[in-house]
Amino acid sequence: MAQAFVRSPAPANITPPPPNAEAREIPAVHSLRMSISNVDFYYGSKQTLFDISMGIANSKVTALIGPSGCGKSTLLRTLNRMHETVRGARLKGEILLDGVNILTQDVTVLRRRVGMVFQRPNPFPKSIYDNVAYGLRINGSKMPISDAVEMSLRRAALWEEVKDHLHKSAYELSGGQQQRLCVARALAVEPEVLLLDEPCSALDPISTAKIEELLVQLKDLCTIVIVTHNMQQAARVSDFTAFLLTGQLIEFSPTPKLFTTPSDPRTEAYITGRFG
Amino acid sequence: MSTRVRWRKVVSHLMLALTGVCALISVSVLFFILGYLAFHGGSAIHWEFFTKLPAPVGEIGGGMANAIVGSAKLLALASLIGVPIGFFGGVYLAEFSGSRTAFVVRYSADLLNGVPSIVIGIFAYTILVLPFRHYSTLAGSFALALLMIPTTLRSTEEFLRSVPRSLREGAMALGASRWKTIISVVAPAAYRGILTAILLALARVAGETAPLLFTALGNRFWSPGWNQPTASLPVMIYQYALAPYEDWHEQAWAAGLVLLGLILVVNVVARGVLARGVAVPRS
Repeated sequence: MAQAFVRSPAPANITPPPPNAEAREIPAVHSLRMSISNVDFYYGSKQTLFDISMGIANSKVTALIGPSGCGKSTLLRTLNRMHETVRGARLKGEILLDGVNILTQDVTVLRRRVGMVFQRPNPFPKSIYDNVAYGLRINGSKMPISDAVEMSLRRAALWEEVKDHLHKSAYELSGGQQQRLCVARALAVEPEVLLLDEPCSALDPISTAKIEELLVQLKDLCTIVIVTHNMQQAARVSDFTAFLLTGQLIEFSPTPKLFTTPSDPRTEAYITGRFG
Repeated sequence: MSTRVRWRKVVSHLMLALTGVCALISVSVLFFILGYLAFHGGSAIHWEFFTKLPAPVGEIGGGMANAIVGSAKLLALASLIGVPIGFFGGVYLAEFSGSRTAFVVRYSADLLNGVPSIVIGIFAYTILVLPFRHYSTLAGSFALALLMIPTTLRSTEEFLRSVPRSLREGAMALGASRWKTIISVVAPAAYRGILTAILLALARVAGETAPLLFTALGNRFWSPGWNQPTASLPVMIYQYALAPYEDWHEQAWAAGLVLLGLILVVNVVARGVLARGVAVPRS
């Protein structure tokens, strides 16, 4: 199956002209925040990712799209080693963050640098304030915690809505507000990379629009990787898009190119809605 | 309306009535016991009952102050031993163990839960009374602690497991270690359930008599130390109820009323505590 794998050239504007095929597969590190090389992934004996190689451009939004079960969430979860919380999960290959292999780093340090927002809002059963402060308390904070909490809530565009009841339970917020709270909670520890696993799939269209708007603004703060099954969303928010199918990376291009002139017929079939 | 439909309606109403009657019986048992205790023991409950030592045989009056304090000491020490072991064991079971160890631990806990309390009493007698050649509060607490461990352990496990996985992932994604995740997010999310279970375990052992007969024994006076025999309410009830004196019977009823009252108070207070704080939605 791995032989059927078609690897597209890495996005042109984030890589220098490739001197050879090898360099094209693993683009130069300096313009990239993260680099994924030859990643195979197994749940028990079942292989779910096949020889994935791609780069995550610094301060850009990279979208992972594909039909359900294609491995896009699995790939995302390897980037902060969340896959290790599942028994029987096994990873082969190399994932670099700023040139250092994440698999050899201390996992708690890595997860502070690579934050994550999940599919369903998962605020802790604590107050709004304590939710945002949680990461600061366990990791330490450069500025006073209350300032950091306010800054994070502002960055997540939630401050105006909650500033008068910071000590209310997070569960009193609406679903969309809870998800922005989770974004604020992740931003509080100032991650270099923010991973989002279908962050809008449980939200209504207005909340979705707010999150999307937020992502575009957050690019200046950190590198973003978003998994979505909503192709319009990928087209709206991302700079680069990777299309996965049955655990293989079919195409990885700048978003406008992938959606207008895909180079693989399977990509075209998917984005025109012939399957998935 | 056909007879078939009519018959179904009759059955439905009958069964509904049956469930109601059974619910009523369960509730009325408690009120019957309470009423009976109050009727027989109420007259023996006065200030002296809580402040005085038992009167010598033949004298009227006296109280059970030593038994009340003794029970409190026994339960406090039993909780101090049993709750941490049960709690941390439950954490291990829910969070860290592989499926095979989990099976062994869980199965053992369930078996331990089924061991009759009198057997636990003999066990405590063998290892904490015989070698020291005297009965003690310590031995009694040890026996009660053994009774508390399995229930605390299993319910801690159950309530930790019921915390949604997404909360754990949320904490770990912020760089929390597994232990930090459990202690700062998972356990707080489950603490109401765990606390209720601990209090229920406590209420259950508060009335245990058999294991105390071999261990704490009983005492007509203040217990001079943790390594000395002590009076306790359940043993007092047992001894006074068997005695041939009318006023002792009355005091036994009163002791029963006090014991039940204390358990009720603990339950009500616990519910008050639990009513505050944030509930985690199940998902």
